Amino acid sequence: MLLGPSGSGKTTTLKLINGLLIATEGEVMVEGRPVRQWEITRLRRHIGYAIQEVGLFPHYTVGKNVALVPRLESWPPYKIQNRVQEVLQMVGLPAAEFAKRYPDELSGGQRQRVGLARALAADPPILLMDEPFGALDPLTRAELQKEFKQLQQRLRKTVVFVTHDVSEALLLGDRIALMESGRLHGIYTPQEFVARPDALVARYLEAFRAAQQIVES
Amino acid sequence: MLKYFATHQREIAALTGEHLWMVGVSMLLAIAIGVPLGILLTRRPQWKTVVLGSNSVIQTIPSLALFGLLLPLPWLGARADRLAIFALTLYALLPIIQNTYVGISGVAAPVREAALAMGLTNKQLLLQVELPLAANVIVAGIRVATVFVIGLATIAAAIGAGGLGEFIFRGLAMVNNNVILAGAIPAALMALVADGLLALLQHRLTRVHQ
Repeated sequence: MLLGPSGSGKTTTLKLINGLLIATEGEVMVEGRPVRQWEITRLRRHIGYAIQEVGLFPHYTVGKNVALVPRLESWPPYKIQNRVQEVLQMVGLPAAEFAKRYPDELSGGQRQRVGLARALAADPPILLMDEPFGALDPLTRAELQKEFKQLQQRLRKTVVFVTHDVSEALLLGDRIALMESGRLHGIYTPQEFVARPDALVARYLEAFRAAQQIVES
Repeated sequence: MLKYFATHQREIAALTGEHLWMVGVSMLLAIAIGVPLGILLTRRPQWKTVVLGSNSVIQTIPSLALFGLLLPLPWLGARADRLAIFALTLYALLPIIQNTYVGISGVAAPVREAALAMGLTNKQLLLQVELPLAANVIVAGIRVATVFVIGLATIAAAIGAGGLGEFIFRGLAMVNNNVILAGAIPAALMALVADGLLALLQHRLTRVHQ
């Protein structure tokens, strides 16, 4: 979990991992190899990517969107088709009903599910997610968070997840990396985080609790 | 009028053919140059001002003047139709370059980012995402240019390049509306048909979903 305010460098960090941005200093290692030494398209097809705006191709059906990376990797067609059905099922969208639709025929939550299915399609060991649930209404968001947590417990992928939402970080994260104005402030487990190890973390927790108190009072 | 059309149908057909030839070749050239140039501008936006600016300047030159100015040029001025095709291509370029640039720039940033992040190469991004999504805007530019060039090509008759303008200039000299119309009506019909066909193509490229 990369947690931090807007402009703290969460998304930049994410993009350094799949080479959408290149570090001017230092080295980003993916599976023990510096990003620069990877063939860039290979690296990217090896890493799933899901963002808040989803970025589905509007001229492709849901099925074709999900099939993107397997198709780029020249999987045999029957295998692609099976995989599309499988991942759509995984994110709760039966292929029979959804595969032939276009992105603009879906709700925001459904689009986000398709984005997740697309990211998972080629079964990448690493998944990058940039506030994937940020633009959803609270109910849909909670539902997708819960489902994603279950999915992740099954798939056990390395996920780097950007969020500015403390509760999301605590709910989904194994480790929470707190970022502040371009620097890594610290890395905590959710348990360490709620134990208020320092002032900045305490401020996050206070903001989080203040919201809860308002609701309770 | 109909009598004049009937007696001159062979000449009308021949000049319509010449007209189509000039317009067709100019448009093919303009598309072949304009679309790649428009794509290039999306990759090198710093050239945008120069390319679009110089093209706008060309657009402001009155066509009759441009035809006349090009006439003394060595290879180009040697044949009137060659010169006409050259000038018409120049006039057709701007809307095509501009619409290609605008169409591709109009592809939503998250779509482009996701495409790259999924591991599309630049070529795949262009051919599978950007061009298909920009296609209807590009065709809209071609449509505007085609209709414009069909009208403009009538002026080419002034330098002896032939085409339906022959009738128009002859009719002007003879102060005979029938002769003018023998050029103007087929040219107008040609523009309408071309516009309709390209509109059809554009419509097919725009998949409307509510």
